[in-house]
Amino acid sequence: MSAHATSTYIPKSRLAKWFESRLPLVGLVHSSFVAFPVPRNLNYFWTFGAILIAFLGIQIVTGVWLAMHYDPNASNAFESVEHIMRDVNYGWLLRYAHANGASMFFVAVYMHMFRALYYGSYKAPREVLYLLGVIIYLLMMATAFLGYTLPWGQMSFWGATVITNILAAIPIVGDTIQSLLWGGYSVGNPTINRFFSLHFLLPWMIAGVVVLHVWALHVTGQNNPAGIPIKSSKDAVPFTPYATIKDVFATVVFMILFAWLIFYQPNYLNHADNYVAANPAVTPAHIVPEWYFLPFYAILRAVPDKLGGVVLMFGAVLILAFAPWLDTSRVRSANYRPIYRQFFWVFVLTCIGLGYLGAMPPEGGYVLASRLLTAYYFAHFIIVMPLVGLFETPNRLPASILETVTGPGKQVSAGGSGLPSGAAAEPAKRA
Amino acid sequence: MANTSATAAAGPEGTKRDFLFLATGAGLAVGAAAVAWPFVASMAPDAATIAAGAPLEVDLTPITDGQIVNVFWRGKLIFVRKLTEKEITDMKAVPLPEMIDPAPFDSRVKAGHDQWLVSYGNCTHLGCVPIGHQGNYEGWSCPCHGSQFDAVGRVRRGPAPINLPIPPYAFETDTKIKIGEESGKAAA
Repeated sequence: MSAHATSTYIPKSRLAKWFESRLPLVGLVHSSFVAFPVPRNLNYFWTFGAILIAFLGIQIVTGVWLAMHYDPNASNAFESVEHIMRDVNYGWLLRYAHANGASMFFVAVYMHMFRALYYGSYKAPREVLYLLGVIIYLLMMATAFLGYTLPWGQMSFWGATVITNILAAIPIVGDTIQSLLWGGYSVGNPTINRFFSLHFLLPWMIAGVVVLHVWALHVTGQNNPAGIPIKSSKDAVPFTPYATIKDVFATVVFMILFAWLIFYQPNYLNHADNYVAANPAVTPAHIVPEWYFLPFYAILRAVPDKLGGVVLMFGAVLILAFAPWLDTSRVRSANYRPIYRQFFWVFVLTCIGLGYLGAMPPEGGYVLASRLLTAYYFAHFIIVMPLVGLFETPNRLPASILETVTGPGKQVSAGGSGLPSGAAAEPAKRA
Repeated sequence: MANTSATAAAGPEGTKRDFLFLATGAGLAVGAAAVAWPFVASMAPDAATIAAGAPLEVDLTPITDGQIVNVFWRGKLIFVRKLTEKEITDMKAVPLPEMIDPAPFDSRVKAGHDQWLVSYGNCTHLGCVPIGHQGNYEGWSCPCHGSQFDAVGRVRRGPAPINLPIPPYAFETDTKIKIGEESGKAAA
């Protein structure tokens, strides 16, 4: 699967030898997830790839089970969700796990993305790996939106209305696209039918791109907090047990938050209005998307022009794809970029600020603040990334990954356990 | 593209194999489009949905001055509003340059029926339903993104780009309209 992967797998039994000579699947898994060398300095931000794969699995399994009970029909969808909650054995658990799983999925993907932006994981030679990640993020957004419409509550219905009207702003083909999505003259029964179908389809497309993402990761090898490549075997540890165990541990910790949401605050991230059946005559007084879309919603509303707002909102996602070429610095990790590091945190605060403003009503000072932060959001990519890279003097990079773990000059035997700072690592960057 | 003596000898117009290559490619493209067509077309509004859009009669007698009534035609919300004398006077007095999508009063109502506004009820920004008798223009205010419309549905504050559209409708009598048909020039 990759140049880095050195397959040391030797089949022992006769059956294993027979199988391996016909399909070297076990050897592929062994070279990718057992013998694969990972940088020994990875920190816990590199565990979100594994967490994301876990959540893709959780969403698919709970989703398939919910589909056994859900009725994608405009006149019965809302009641079938209540049927799941009240009549189906453990239906409440399946639904709360699925609904909160989507939120946890986005928590993990945002950690994963900010990790990539901070440590320069998008830079050569990992551009394709990174672009596949952007595609996965876009697919996730589409899937989450489609799923949110299915309970056919007020927020579902009006979310579907608002988003499909966004697409109608596209010049020339917008109305046709809208009509094809609706299957009618407004959001209605044909709409929920096809949204259910697409909501079932997209996760499998995500899974497919995840395979490519992991493949690309295993070709280039992982980035790491130092942003320098593995130069000798002393810089790396084998994926198993080091990364495997660390990934499992981080996933379990993350699951505690997930379990707390499911069992103690199952509706904390939901909206009360979505427990009111869809009513095409009344829009809820405060219509807001799910929290993970709020920054983009704030950008949409910051522009007093329909097409302009739509262009900027999509642009805010798509500009991520240009990061590898907008960033002019040759140093990857912001740990060694004193100026850029500060701009990075300003950017994080900008995203959080936009999220806050997206939840506020579109009036007065909120609009002005949204405009300022929207401008800064784009300035970060278009101005800060190219210019800081040109003018900044980076700090001295360590000679090797080993040096960042042991300090200059010290020696530690490669692969030794019990190293001071996070010697273990994991596959991160997946998903 | 060939290694046989026959093709090597071919002139600058290309070989038979080039022709076959292009013809096969063109055939594939046409075939792919032909296969894709029914998949895309199946997503368009179906016959039942279109048939359900038959014209709708609305009796105006129960509607009082200033009242806004919601009706649905083709699954779309439609406002039927009886304007007060003050609203009619005010709306006629608005100078066109003040509007985002300038439209004179007369273009918003049927001739001889100044009291009746019939318009689609979804905001032209992103489709939310504006709330009646709110905002600064005697009309509607949209709770989603803050657009405001005046009493005859003209957008007066963005982000909505255009006025609330007027559906096809006609007065059958002075107290009855038919939404979905423009034809009858009744009771002018």
